[in-house]
Formats: sequence, C-alpha cells, structure tokens
Amino acid sequence: MTSTQLAVLAEGLRKGYGDTTALDGFDLAVPAGTVCGLLGPNGAGKTTAVRILATLLRPDAGVAVVAGLDVVRQARQVRRRIGLVGQHAAVEEALSGRQNLELFGRLYHLDAAAAARRAGELLEEFGLADTGRRAVGTYSGGLRRRLDLAASMILAPRVLFLDEPTTGLDPRGRNEVWAAVRSLVAGGTTVLLTTQYLDEADRLAGRIAVIDRGRVIAEGTPDELKSRIGGDRIDVVLRDGAALPAAAGIIGRICRVAPDVDPDTRRISAPVRERMSTLGAVLSELSAAHIEAEDVALRRPTLDEAFLHITGTGGVAA
Amino acid sequence: MRWAVVDSWTIARRDFARWARQPGPVVVSLLFPVLIVLMFGYLFGGAMAVPGGGGYREFLMPGMFAMTMLFGIETTMLAVSTDAARGVTDRFRSMPMAPSAVVAGRSIADLVNSAAGLAIMIGCGLLIGWRAHGTAGETLVAIGLLLLLRFAVLWVGIYLGLVVSGPEWVAAVQILVWPVSFLASTFVPPDTMPGWLGAVAEWNPLSPTVSALRELFGNPGAGGDSWVSRHSLLMAIVWPVVILAVFLPLSVRRYQRLGR
Repeated sequence: MTSTQLAVLAEGLRKGYGDTTALDGFDLAVPAGTVCGLLGPNGAGKTTAVRILATLLRPDAGVAVVAGLDVVRQARQVRRRIGLVGQHAAVEEALSGRQNLELFGRLYHLDAAAAARRAGELLEEFGLADTGRRAVGTYSGGLRRRLDLAASMILAPRVLFLDEPTTGLDPRGRNEVWAAVRSLVAGGTTVLLTTQYLDEADRLAGRIAVIDRGRVIAEGTPDELKSRIGGDRIDVVLRDGAALPAAAGIIGRICRVAPDVDPDTRRISAPVRERMSTLGAVLSELSAAHIEAEDVALRRPTLDEAFLHITGTGGVAA
Repeated sequence: MRWAVVDSWTIARRDFARWARQPGPVVVSLLFPVLIVLMFGYLFGGAMAVPGGGGYREFLMPGMFAMTMLFGIETTMLAVSTDAARGVTDRFRSMPMAPSAVVAGRSIADLVNSAAGLAIMIGCGLLIGWRAHGTAGETLVAIGLLLLLRFAVLWVGIYLGLVVSGPEWVAAVQILVWPVSFLASTFVPPDTMPGWLGAVAEWNPLSPTVSALRELFGNPGAGGDSWVSRHSLLMAIVWPVVILAVFLPLSVRRYQRLGR
C-alpha cells in the first residue's frame, strides 16, 4: 500500500517524559476511509500517540505522516486536514451551539457569512438544529460531544482523531455519538479513535490496534483478534451451584483443559475444538450425572477475553 | 501576520460573547473592588491620617485603581488554566490558526475587561468624592500607567495559568495577591510602617504606580524621601517593563513547550 492510500502512518514513534516512556516504538498504518480503534488500558500511550499525530506533541524519535504530510515538519498543513476531539468537550459553555460553531469557523479562517452557513449545515447534520439559542452548558453529555464533533468537521477534514469520545457518557449519549461517528465514516472520513471500551472498538472500528506499554502488540479486525484466543467457547450455567465441581470435571475432561468456573453466576466456560460433538457430549454427560443446566451456549469469545489474553501474555505477533 | 491579528480578535470575541450571555460572574468580579473601596473608605478610613493632610478617600483611590489592576492576575490565570484543563487550548493548537492568537486573544480580552473595571472604579471614586486635580494629559498618563501595569501582570497570569495543573491553583494565588496589595503604599503610607517594612513596601512593584498616580491626579500622600519614592513615575514604567521582560518570554516559551 502506498503512503497516499494511508491516512495515518506511524513508524517507530518514541516519546518519554523524564523517566517514564509513553511510547516505545509505536507503529500504525490506517488506510484512508477506514476506522481504526486504538485500544488499551489507561497509561498505555493511546493519548500520547493521538497527540503526536494531531501535531500537539513532538515525538522524540520516529516518523508520523497524516494525510500524506509529516506531522512535525508540515504541522501547519496537517492541521488543515485533521480534526481532533479530545477527552473534554472543548466548547464554550456559555454560548449556544451555533455561536460555538461560528467561532470555530472563524478560527478556521472562513469569513463571517461562510462561517454562519457552515454552522447551519453542521447543526443540521449532527441533529443539533433544534437546540436554538440554548447555552451549551445546558446540553446533555451526548449532545455536547456531538457539538464537539461538529466543530471538528468545519473544514470536512480527511482524518478525524477521537480521543475516548464516549468517556463519561451515559448509554444513550454513547449511542448518539456512535451514530454521529458512523455517519462521518460513511461520508469518507478516516477515523482514528482511542477507547478503553472494547464494545466501542468492536462496534465502530474495522480494525483494532491493541496498545500496551507504548507499543502496538496486536492488530487486526475484531474477529481476527477474537479468534487469537483459541476459537469458540462453551458456556454452561448450572441451576445448582453445589454441582459446579462435578460439572467442571465433566467439561474439563471433554474439552481437555481446566475450565473457568465462576461460582457467583454458576457459570463454567471452556474453549472447544469441535463445536457440535463437544456440545453433544457435554449435554449427554451432564444429564447422565443428573446435573441440571439452566443455559448451555456455544459462542465466539468476547473482545474482553481477547484483550485480556493478548495483554496478559505480553503480546501476540500480528 | 494578518491571521495572527484576526485570530487573536476572534479568541477575544469568545470572551466578549460569554460576558454578554452570562454577565453574572464578570459583573461580580468588576464590582468586588468597589466593595473594598467602600470598606476602607468608610469603615477604616476614619481612623487613618494622611501625612501632610488631605482626605483618606482621596489618598485611597489611586491605591484602589492599582490594586484592581493587580487583581486582574487572577482573572487571567483562571481563564488560561481553565482553557488548558478543559482541552480548549489543545483544541486550538490542533487547528490551522495562528499559534500566538491563543495568548494574544487572552491579553486583548483581559485588557478590555480591566479597562471596564477601571471605568467602574473611576465612577465609584467620583461618587465618593475623589477627583483628578491634574490636567487632562496627566490623567491620561495615569490611566496609561494603570493599563501598563495590568498588561504586565497579565503575562504573569498567563505564565501561572500555563504552569499550574488546573484552575484550583487560582485560589492559592488569590491568597498571595492580598499581602502584595497591602504591603505597598496602597492603603497606608509606607512612612508609617517600621523602617525595613516601609522599604519593602516602597519597592513593591505596585507602590511606584500608586505614588505616580497620586502625583498625576494631585491626590495627597504622594511624597517620600527614599530614592524610589522620589522617582515614582520612572519606576512606575520600569517595574512593569521588567515584569514584562521576564514573564512574556517565559509565557511564550512555556506555550511552545506544551508540544514537547
């Protein structure tokens, strides 16, 4: 893939603050028109990576190219082609949504008429048209974040950086923001988003890069990452918790691995190799042992399990 | 260069729009010095004797004007640290606007705010019997000195706002601003203090401005025998220029270092 088809390219980025190393050889390639989720625990280096890519921070070493431009040497041009939505809504609370967008429009060097026109378009596009003259301080969290997104879209940037876009939002607010991001992607914007929420990465991102201790330790589609931890799993929920040891013994023998047992939910979980034969064997042996199951299911592993597996083992070659 | 000016003005207009939509906080902050004038002018004023005679309120007002300018340090610091903590500064830095506009716009907005505060204080002074007895030119020079002082402490405020981790630090500066205001010729003549303390008060950057104002306005209590008291007009320019020479480059460097 040539660099023109890549919206974001980072190679060997390093950044340290005193004794701590925030980024330690960070590599990433995001094709144009896709959504990449940068997933990692607190302090993994997600925000540092985004700040470097958005020209806010100089890397100590390495190269970063955004929209075909070097983020250090061509920072000014990069800024015309990116949008950044940080962890806090960077809008002025005392002003209305329209006033905020007009203000940002002027700072993007639109003239007064163009800024007003663009503000109107964006209010419409992000479902903010009915907020009227209301001060942003009275908005819900989701509404405020949508306004923040709209403000970053004034110049219709090629690349949008979203740093934990739904942190602190209620489920409804998250859904609103997800819908707004999806419509941006449908319009052709490349999105790089950081998140601690696996379901967010799962729902929004076509590809996920798992970052831990300043470097990308796994990269792929959500399905690829899930399959890294050994394919499907069987979940059995028992009616009676007293039968857990016996049932765990049966399932462990069939799956040939010590299963995970959660006494609180009376759930036994184990990876399976052959789906149907394992399911049949588990069901018949449980009923032969007179153990009643409330629920039996075969499922793909969750991204949570994949994440814990990948970060827990310190990295899986991509 | 053109964009630096236009962008600074846009940033300043953000504050103007906020004041228009939400006037409460700004009105309270502008009226607070009036409260202090009334408190000292009427509550404590009766017990004060001005060396060489003259009414205490005439003596007090120049000190109050200068103190209002010094208080501006908190306004600036609060605005700068709030923008930084809320990610507004980062957002601006990620945009293709002139990098200098963020701080330049802040200084425009705060100077306008202080000019309004000064106008209110002058009105308040006139109401309680203070007068500018000098020529119109002298009065303009006096106002110029006040705005120069404000411009200087503005950059102290910008620097502090960029250095601290959040707006909660403003409270600490608020506490420190008080002794700086009092340990000066603002409320009492330094002659009445113990010798060493009086010397400290006379060399306080606030005092030359206050003394110069008393001279220019023809208000009582201007004099003093020390070198700094005899050169108050000179020092009322030197001090703010020194403060600027230190804090303007520091602030610019600090702002640039946000990217390090």
